[in-house]
Amino acid sequence: MARKKQLLETAETYVSVSMKVNGVPCSAKIEPRTLLVHFLRDVLGLTGTHWGCDTGNCGACTVIMNGKSVKSCNIFAVQADGAEIITIEGLAKDGQLHPIQEAFWENHGLQCGFCTPGFIMQAYWLLQQNPNPTEEEVRRGISGNICRCTGYQNIVKAILTAAEKMKR
Amino acid sequence: MYVRSFQYLAPKTVKEAVTLLNKLGGEAKVIAGGQSLVPLMKLRLATPSYLIDLNRVKGLDYIKDQKNRILIGALTRHAAIENSDLIKEHVPIMAEAASHIADPQVRNLGTIGGSLAHCDPAGDWGAVVIALNGEVKITGPRKDRVMKIDDFFIDTYQPNLKKGEILTEVRIPKPQPNSGGAYLKLERRAGDFATAGVAAQLTLDVDGVCRYAGIGLTALGPTSLRARKAEKTLLGRKVDDNSIEEAAEAAAEESKPTDDPLRGSAEYKRAMARVLTRRALKLALARATGGGA
Ligand SMILES: Cc1cc2nc3c(=O)[nH]c(=O)nc-3n(C[C@H](O)[C@H](O)[C@H](O)COP(=O)(O)OP(=O)(O)OC[C@H]3O[C@@H](n4cnc5c(N)ncnc54)[C@H](O)[C@@H]3O)c2cc1C
Ligand code: FES
Ligand code: FES
Repeated sequence: MARKKQLLETAETYVSVSMKVNGVPCSAKIEPRTLLVHFLRDVLGLTGTHWGCDTGNCGACTVIMNGKSVKSCNIFAVQADGAEIITIEGLAKDGQLHPIQEAFWENHGLQCGFCTPGFIMQAYWLLQQNPNPTEEEVRRGISGNICRCTGYQNIVKAILTAAEKMKR
Repeated sequence: MYVRSFQYLAPKTVKEAVTLLNKLGGEAKVIAGGQSLVPLMKLRLATPSYLIDLNRVKGLDYIKDQKNRILIGALTRHAAIENSDLIKEHVPIMAEAASHIADPQVRNLGTIGGSLAHCDPAGDWGAVVIALNGEVKITGPRKDRVMKIDDFFIDTYQPNLKKGEILTEVRIPKPQPNSGGAYLKLERRAGDFATAGVAAQLTLDVDGVCRYAGIGLTALGPTSLRARKAEKTLLGRKVDDNSIEEAAEAAAEESKPTDDPLRGSAEYKRAMARVLTRRALKLALARATGGGA
């Protein structure tokens, strides 16, 4: 028992985590079981990241972690200790929408808007990987995001438009 | 749902990870990509008291070219395999299979080691590593063990891991010249687990006679399965429509699918085993002979 205790000295009920979220350093003491999505929404108050299915299927919770898109309901916040996170709140600069946001607006890429932050963050990652995607590549790239309203056509159109805008 | 409380441990080396796992035994679980484990924890099907995170362990994330084989670290993400030039050059079937796993976000986190160690018969890597005759390296408190992938899958969710052991490396022999492979997966929608899947890898000699055949089945039994009889049917014979049809029949026969309310009856899946084996072998043949997309 004593040996076990010693080994586990570092393991506590509450742990400190620090990460950079949209360029701002943030830290808090949380329970290790806190999901990244709950850390962002409930601890930091960044409710732009949506929490939908909670099973890793719908993509509403998509954020960028160290340059890669991930589903924030499927990773614990402690695992993101030291990471750089970008959420939907981090895209607009000086009151100016990001080109992907603009393109969603102009192309009616949303109706109820629940899925939108997830789609936009996934599109953000996709266009970084592949600034010049074909329609097929866009469709594959958003296959981890579900929209119950739009039928996807205008989302695909918006992402293709965003790719054009971002080249300018 | 909220997962049960746990204590979080983040070892920096394999040795530390293995020591912790050995000390804590059944109370602990390692987490790699977390893309299978986190959902299980939410359902409280897994309730570890300690979570040992492998993501901060150094030296488990690599794809290396080592003479006649490719070595893949257990923590290598599905996406890294999908996009690796080394993989595309030597074992393109792995890049093809990776692109069919889940969706881009899940592939950015999920790992090959976690997928194999999870021993889900619907996991795509099992069949592919079987078709390629791969091996896994296991590291534990005692000596490393290396075993054929076939010996790693004991039963559904039961990998051949003893107390304190983790999977550290996947070893893939490089296919010989005149080889081709294909992974075909039937899914209800993009990103779904397989209703059925077949991985086929062939090597031919100059006369088109089969020198190597590896056939792995996904979601067609209690674990990823090797279609042994189908492989034997092809070995030493010319690979053509006749031998392919016989092999497809054999694979369907030796598959062990079960009825499931989501993805169909055992009978349907068996029929799909035949269809997919036939198509995968035809595509593998075309690729081995320089054709096929
Ligand atoms: C929406 C969704 C769709 C999916 N679709 C598919 C699909 O189509 N095909 C498919 O194959 N998979 C699919 N998956 C699962 C995904 O591929 C997982 O990444 C994979 O099954 C597990 O890998 P992981 O690294 O995430 O492991 P984890 O979830 O971290 O771990 C899984 C299990 O393996 C153990 N483990 C992990 N690493 C090791 C190790 N190195 N040594 C010993 N034990 C270890 C853990 O303790 C745990 O028991 C899907 C997942 C989601 C969320
Ligand atoms: S809430 Fe994370 S994928 Fe649906
Ligand atoms: S706009 Fe309503 S779910 Fe997509």
